[in-house]
Formats: sequence, C-alpha cells, structure tokens
Amino acid sequence: MDLLSELLTDYTLRTVALGSALLGMVSGALGTFAVLRRQSLLGDAISHAALPGIALAFLLTGSKAPLILLLGAALAGWAATGLIMAVTSATRTKYDSALSLMLSVFFGIGLVLLTAIQKLPNAQQAGLDTFLFGQAASMVARDVASMAGLGAAALLATGLLWKEFKLLAFDREFGRTLGLPMRGLDVALTLLIVVAIVVGLQTVGVVLMSAMLIAPAAAARQWTDRLGLMVLIAVAFGAIAGVTGALVSTSASRLPTGPVIVLCAGSVVLLSLGFAPNRGIIWRAVRRYRSGLRLGREALLLDLYALALQHEQRKHPHSEAALAAMRPGAGRLRARLHRLREKGFVESATRSDWMLTDLGIDEAERLHRGRSVQPDTRP
Amino acid sequence: MTPAIEVQDLTVAYGDRPVLWDIDLTASRGILMAIVGPNGAGKTTLVKAMLGLVPTAAGRVLFFGRPYGRRQQLVGYVPQRGSVDWDFPTSVMDVAMMGLYGRVGWIRRPGKKERVLAMRALEQVGMQDLAQRQISQLSGGQRQRVFLARALVQDADIYFMDEPFQGVDATTERAIIDLLRQLRSRGKTVLVVHHDLQTVPVYFDEVMLLNVRRIASGPVETVFTAENLRLTYGGRVAAFAP
Repeated sequence: MDLLSELLTDYTLRTVALGSALLGMVSGALGTFAVLRRQSLLGDAISHAALPGIALAFLLTGSKAPLILLLGAALAGWAATGLIMAVTSATRTKYDSALSLMLSVFFGIGLVLLTAIQKLPNAQQAGLDTFLFGQAASMVARDVASMAGLGAAALLATGLLWKEFKLLAFDREFGRTLGLPMRGLDVALTLLIVVAIVVGLQTVGVVLMSAMLIAPAAAARQWTDRLGLMVLIAVAFGAIAGVTGALVSTSASRLPTGPVIVLCAGSVVLLSLGFAPNRGIIWRAVRRYRSGLRLGREALLLDLYALALQHEQRKHPHSEAALAAMRPGAGRLRARLHRLREKGFVESATRSDWMLTDLGIDEAERLHRGRSVQPDTRP
Repeated sequence: MTPAIEVQDLTVAYGDRPVLWDIDLTASRGILMAIVGPNGAGKTTLVKAMLGLVPTAAGRVLFFGRPYGRRQQLVGYVPQRGSVDWDFPTSVMDVAMMGLYGRVGWIRRPGKKERVLAMRALEQVGMQDLAQRQISQLSGGQRQRVFLARALVQDADIYFMDEPFQGVDATTERAIIDLLRQLRSRGKTVLVVHHDLQTVPVYFDEVMLLNVRRIASGPVETVFTAENLRLTYGGRVAAFAP
C-alpha cells in the first residue's frame, strides 16, 4: 500500500501517525472511566470550554507555541468544571443544565475572542481557528514529544490509582466508608480527563474532541465484561481511529482532521454495536431467533408426546394435519419435523404421518418434567 | 462496657426541612437491631448520617466511644442494591475484594491473600460458584449476597445494612438471616434498615421506630408495641398488632 510505505519514509506522516495514536490511547483509557461514570457530557463541556483558554493564552503571551496554548486550554477546561460543580451545589440548577450552560457560554466567549484575534493587525494570528476542527498536519515532533509526556503521565497515574478509580466509578459512597478520599480521587480523575482532552485538542479540535473520549470506550464496552480489558480495547480502538483518521485527512485533500478521526471512531462503534459477541445487536438477534426455533421444536415434541399418551401404543403415528391443528399459526411444521428427525427424536411412518422414537419419548419426558416443575425465576 | 454505637442529638436537614430530628440511639455490642418506619421516615438518611455520608446539622456519633473518623476500619456498610450500576464491567470476585481496598493501601493491587479472604466471604453467602460471573448476570438476591460478601471481608465490628431483604428470593433471605445470627454470635453489632414488620420479632433483638424523630428504641418485646407502631406509622397499621 502506498500510504504504508510513505508512513515508513515520510517524516511528517510518521509524526502525525504517532501523535494521533497517542491521543487515541490516552482518550480511550480515560474515556472508559468517563463513560462508566456517566460523565460523557462533562468531556464535551471541558473541550468546548478550552477554546477561550486557547484564545486568551494567545492574547496574553502573543505566542502560538502549542504548550502555552494547551496550558490555557487546560486551565479554562478546569475552570468550567469548577463552575459546573459550583452552580449545581450552590443553586437549584440541575447538573445537565449547568453543563450545557457552561459549554455554550465558554464556547461563545471563545468564538468572540477568535473573531477579535482575526482582526488584530498582526500577521501572527492566523491558524488559531484550526483548533475548532483540528489539524493533524500542523503537528511537529516537538508537539508529539509533549503529547507523549502528558499522555504517559496520565496513563501512569491511571494505572497507579487503578483500584481507587474503579471503586470511584462503581460505588463512591462505599469507598468513603472505607476511609478513601473519594472527593480527592474525583478531582484527580477529572484532572486526568482534562489532560486527555488537551492532548487531543490540536489534532481533533474542541468541537469533536468529546467523541474521542466516548466512542472508543463505548465500543470497547461491547466486547468485554472486564474493566481492565475494556480499557485496553478502548486504548487500541482509540489508536486505530486516531491513526487512520489523521493519515486519511493528511494525505487526502487536506480535510480537517477532527471530523475524519471521529468518523473512524464512529465506524468502530457501529461495528461493535452490531457484531460484538453477547452484547452486539446481530448476535442478540441470532440468539433470539435460535431460541425461538428451539422452543418451537420443543413445543412440537411435547404435542407429539401428548398425542402419544392418548394411545396404548406410544409410537402411534399422527398426521401432520392433526399436529398443525394443535397449534394453529405456529408455521413451518414440516421444517421443524425434519429438524427433529435429524436429531433422532421422531420418524415418519408414511409421508405425512409422524411418531416419536424411543429417544424422542425420553426427551419429551425430560422436557415435560422440566416444564411442570417451574424453576424459581424470581429475580 | 461502652456501647457499640451511641448517637446523640443527631439532626439532618435538606434545606430548611428536617429529615432527622434530634435522634438519640444506643446499641450495645452483639445485637441485631432493626430500623423501621414509613417511607420518607429518614431510615437510609440515618444510616448515611452515622457513616458520615451526608452532612449533619447537629449531633454526634460515637462507635465504641470514639468518633467515626478514627473507627472506619471497624464499620462495614451494605448499601441498597439499587445504588450502583450493575452493568458495570466487573465480576463477583472483584466486587467482594473491594471491601479490602481500604486496607490494601495505595498503589498496591489486591493479591493472593485478598483473593482467599474474598473467596471465604463468598462461601459464607453461598456465592463461591459464581465468583467469576459478570455482575449484570446475577439475580436480585445474588446481587444482595455479593454486597454482603463485600462487607464481610472487612471483618468489621459494626455493620450497617440498608434494606438487605428488599425483593430477595427465599434462599437469599435465609442466607442473610443465617449470616446475621452468625455475626451476632461473634459479638458483632448489626443495624438493619427493614421494611417487613412481620419479621421484626422473629429476626431481631432490638428495634428502633423512626419517623423523622425517634419514636422508640430498645428490646423488641418492650418497644415493638401496637401503640408505638401507631405513633410511627399513623393509623395505618392499626390492624397489625404484634
């Protein structure tokens, strides 16, 4: 493949791929906790709130160095989180209202500042608007290095506080009764989520960054029932979506990177929702269909058994018409009979007369016992 | 001997509405005590206030004569089942081990010793065979038993249980009762928020009747009277006389 060979030789592409893999990994890992704590929208608020932070950082310092801009982004995101908490606890405003309020107010301020910056009589200002939708191509090695530093620190902290974060996500109050500082852990986890968002801002942009937090985690949840595995899968999904999206957007017609990455992540979610074993839609439909078929066969077997009980001779054959009359509307009688014959439970006496085999009688008696002794199904 | 639990003048208010008013309560060591009262009487809030989970407006709570902050290791908590998301990606074993997280210490992961303790607790509630089961696949009664196991691994001296009998199957109800008696015989003190008045005299030694205020508390024989129940519930349970 062309892209692949270019990836090995082209310095810019390699930088972009590395950077976007990193951002996918970090947001995948921390997004898992955000999703499990039902804080997906908090990520959205933090990333939108980052915009005025970026603009202010530029206005105050006149620098476009990513590290300075991202520091502004982090501070603004953190301020928004604090304000959301303050508004919900000090007033009767609900959490979701406070969240959307801060999101739109901060984002509004950011847009106003961006417009003001565009009008500055200074050639320096161009390029800040790439933070809206992201621009992977603007990444240079130094950016990747600082992303790697921040990301590695965030992942390390997550690993060190693993069991505490798990408890925070599952049962915060119980954690408090164990004497663990759950409020402090909450602050720490939120800080790490801010870091994950900041790591991705340059590439994905403020508008769509929250998708990178949510999508890999939501997809990963479909594939596993274990938290550790879920984080690893989310990390892998995030990296795949990040790299694919960034490379496509860089090598194709200079599409904004954020939307392309998010489309990739969205495809992963779609595939996972559909095809994951156990939780996937298709898997569940197949399972439902199969159990429907099985129940239909069992009902037929019991019907044959009920008919057989009315005769001295257990193996008395019965016509398909009689069987069809016992359950009008059950349908596909012939197919079910053939399936039962494959299993050795019935045999045909003539072309349309059927009777139970010894094996079939055993099976029917087993089912009959199972049905008459109702298992305790109370939840 | 200092009692296991002493509550003095405990008051909790949401806004300016008192949820618990001037509660006094003493529970001696090695007893099973039921906390009963109508919906909205503040039963759950009382438990949470004693555990420091909700802010109190006034009053103090002592465990073995000391405030809770110093006594956390001695107190185990079984919250209501509905308080967590049971679709959380974790196993029965994992949840049971959470009871040890406070003791394991920072950074360290629970290891073999913790697994053994958790398994023993799961055996006590009859859940050892389901140790690797994902928690969303459990029935209500099984979930309750996992929560009990999580508290048991703590090996606390005082246990608070919030509605453990709510909507569980007969097997689980028997398992919980056996467990409560076993805890009592080991000298533990257990406070249980309970809703089934019929079983109070059968299961418990002492009872607290609560409706924002403490109506009465003490041994079931002397306190669990028709008059006190009427005071707690209004006229509604007049038909039920113990």
